[in-house]
Amino acid sequence: MTKKNKKNKAADASTAVAGGAAAAATVRAAPARSSAFEYAPAPESRAVVDIAPSYGLFIDGEFTEAADGRVFKTVSPATEEVLSEIAQAGEADVDRAVKAAGKAFASWSALPGAERAKYLFRIARIIQERSRELAVLETLDNGKPIKETRDADLPLVAAHFFYYAGWADKLEHAGYGTSPRPLGVAGQVIPWNFPLLMLAWKIAPALATGNTVVLKPAETTPLSALFFADVCRQAGLPRGVVNILPGYGDAGAALVAHPDVNKVAFTGSTAVGKQIARTVAGTRKKVTLELGGKGANIVFDDAPIDQAVEGIVNGIFFNQGQVCCAGSRLLVQESIHDELLDSLKRRLSTLRLGDPLDKNTDIGAINSAEQLARITSLVEQGEAEGAERWSAPCELPENGYWFAPTLFTGVTQAHTVARDEIFGPVLSVLTFRTPDEAVAKANNTPYGLSAGIWTEKGSRILAVANKLRAGVVWSNTFNKFDPTSPFGGYKESGFGREGGRHGLEAYLDV
Amino acid sequence: MSSTAPTSPQPSPAPERGGAPAALSDVTASDSTLRRFLHGLPGVDAVGLEARAASLGTRSIKTTAKAYAIDLAISMVDLTTLEGADTPGKVRALGAKAVRPDPSDRTAPATAAVCVYPDMVATAKEAVAGSTVKVASVATAFPAGRASLAVKLADVREAVAAGADEIDMVIDRGAFLAGNYRKVFDEITAVKEACGASARLKVIFETGELSTYDNIRRASWLGMLAGADFIKTSTGKVAVNATPANTLLMLEAVRDFRAQTGVQVGVKPAGGIRTTKDAIKFLVLVNETVGEDWLDNHWFRFGASSLLNDLLMQRQKLATGRYSGPDYVTVD
Repeated sequence: MTKKNKKNKAADASTAVAGGAAAAATVRAAPARSSAFEYAPAPESRAVVDIAPSYGLFIDGEFTEAADGRVFKTVSPATEEVLSEIAQAGEADVDRAVKAAGKAFASWSALPGAERAKYLFRIARIIQERSRELAVLETLDNGKPIKETRDADLPLVAAHFFYYAGWADKLEHAGYGTSPRPLGVAGQVIPWNFPLLMLAWKIAPALATGNTVVLKPAETTPLSALFFADVCRQAGLPRGVVNILPGYGDAGAALVAHPDVNKVAFTGSTAVGKQIARTVAGTRKKVTLELGGKGANIVFDDAPIDQAVEGIVNGIFFNQGQVCCAGSRLLVQESIHDELLDSLKRRLSTLRLGDPLDKNTDIGAINSAEQLARITSLVEQGEAEGAERWSAPCELPENGYWFAPTLFTGVTQAHTVARDEIFGPVLSVLTFRTPDEAVAKANNTPYGLSAGIWTEKGSRILAVANKLRAGVVWSNTFNKFDPTSPFGGYKESGFGREGGRHGLEAYLDV
Repeated sequence: MSSTAPTSPQPSPAPERGGAPAALSDVTASDSTLRRFLHGLPGVDAVGLEARAASLGTRSIKTTAKAYAIDLAISMVDLTTLEGADTPGKVRALGAKAVRPDPSDRTAPATAAVCVYPDMVATAKEAVAGSTVKVASVATAFPAGRASLAVKLADVREAVAAGADEIDMVIDRGAFLAGNYRKVFDEITAVKEACGASARLKVIFETGELSTYDNIRRASWLGMLAGADFIKTSTGKVAVNATPANTLLMLEAVRDFRAQTGVQVGVKPAGGIRTTKDAIKFLVLVNETVGEDWLDNHWFRFGASSLLNDLLMQRQKLATGRYSGPDYVTVD
């Protein structure tokens, strides 16, 4: 594999100006394996989204500057082009936003459920109407392929708002008492891997149950949350019900610690989750944490092989593997190891890595230089510990943050790549001999977020699923999401459930 | 840039006479070994298969790639007429169109073949004489296949004697569904023998009647073991014909068969493919499942009649920038 020279990229990025449409064109998507049938570039138009040169914080229905005037830049990870300059929230801004949300709570929570539902349905429809714009925006800011934002993120975002809109006037039938009450102000901190979808997971149930919200998006992906603020205004949502505070970890910490916040919801790393748990310990704040994972994808020898290969690819290379519930450990029955690995490598050679805006791109950019460095260092550690590395033979673009789809064979439970969450396009392959061994190895992790089972034998699916300590167990599929289905973790993957009827509980006084 | 991805062995043509390639000859030794082998093939998860086919259907094929795909698709068409009302005049018109699909543009490639009933083979042969266009004939009591082996073989021999370059046979779905795999196998080998050295054999499974994907995978292997040069989805005479999912499944089968035996087998989806957009989706399936070794009309065909005109209209659109209408392509 050839690694391109990456010097000078930082200097180039700082000179690029927001809205410069030409920059993305240099990254070409192509499969590792060449063919006579070469797909011409098919880029989604950037013209559908109008990114302003700067954005403020969204507090009490208005965009405002940060109290201390600080700003930060958000870049496109595919090109390192600066997309916009964003006001950076500090402690004073957090206080202002929490007060605004507190003030809005009285009237918002007093609305009949059917009235709150109207706003949520309106938001859902606006998101659908603006889905192309939001998909392009998300792809630009996050680096994930347009195929995914268009076909997965945005439809799911709208579906979440539709789903929870439906609950708003039926809360007394949700099984949480005859008149469940909202908690008050929800302080929500979300990650960069699914910026708008995580926002929807947090905001939709909070508003449906009558809470008001202060949400901090991740510092590398603030744009879609700010566009969502605009959606709220378009929907006529009352002031202060939703407040968006772009910023760094300090703003998140201040939000979590704020005495007037009644509910904390966090999705992100286990390390930060632990800090949050410490902060809220001893307070009356209700908490849900959705943290890391090291999902096991278990393939038995009677699995539908071709579909299992697709499921493995989807499990670990969807969103460049930057998915908390990724199937990052492949547990394959030893008797089909070689056959499966051959199929898997052949399939990985057809993945198209490149311009995330190209409609034929399968693998986009890693979200940030920091994340790329973390992936690189863990992969180096894997090699140093003796696991055998194989990477799809694809050319990486010169600018931006890229990592080729990679797998490690000869991995044991003792290897770091089998234990630590890499959060990148890196699959660790382990083997097992019997179903009991598969279960033991799958559960042998501090995490417990997701798992997959591949077998044509229905009884085995049920037997194994019952023994897996994971919040989600997929059988003969992977990474399937639906707003009606609860999602959450065991052990260090967090607690509380989001989605479905279960997701209401976290925002109700029960 | 080095890759350790598995490399496939060089393709070689199917054995001239019927029967399994050496690597798998023990599989076909008896009815029970054949059954054990076919039922030992990995299962197919229907949801996953259809999801994969649908996801490849979202590929965006534009500009130069589209131009390449349209010409390739035209060159892969088995231009078909299989009507009770077929006449020599109709078949001659079809032949003329196959040889020169777009009278207004000589750069349009010829189709791969014309496909007719056995009694029309001689007429078709005359109509395409001197061109690259082959004559394919359905035989073996097409489309039901409900006749004795003797009748089926006579049907085949007649078509071959009349000059057919390719024979499209139907399998005995009744025997297959009854679990009588050896009977299906023996029939295919007998037909293959009747084809002789000159005619290539396409084996039609009528996937709509086999109904399950597991059955389609088993039928694919059965056909290839028996010496099929092509495996073909359907007759076009039942409700469900070629779909992206069943064609993807058959492509996986020919891919795995070549990896195991070194023998390359072609694939022909037939029936229901009417638009350029559909045809391009199938070519994407080929490209991303078996790769460029199959991107050639020796290894991939479309069984279609109305598809050709849509391909030609799209071709004219790409060349001129304007949509033409049905009056600018020939209606036969």
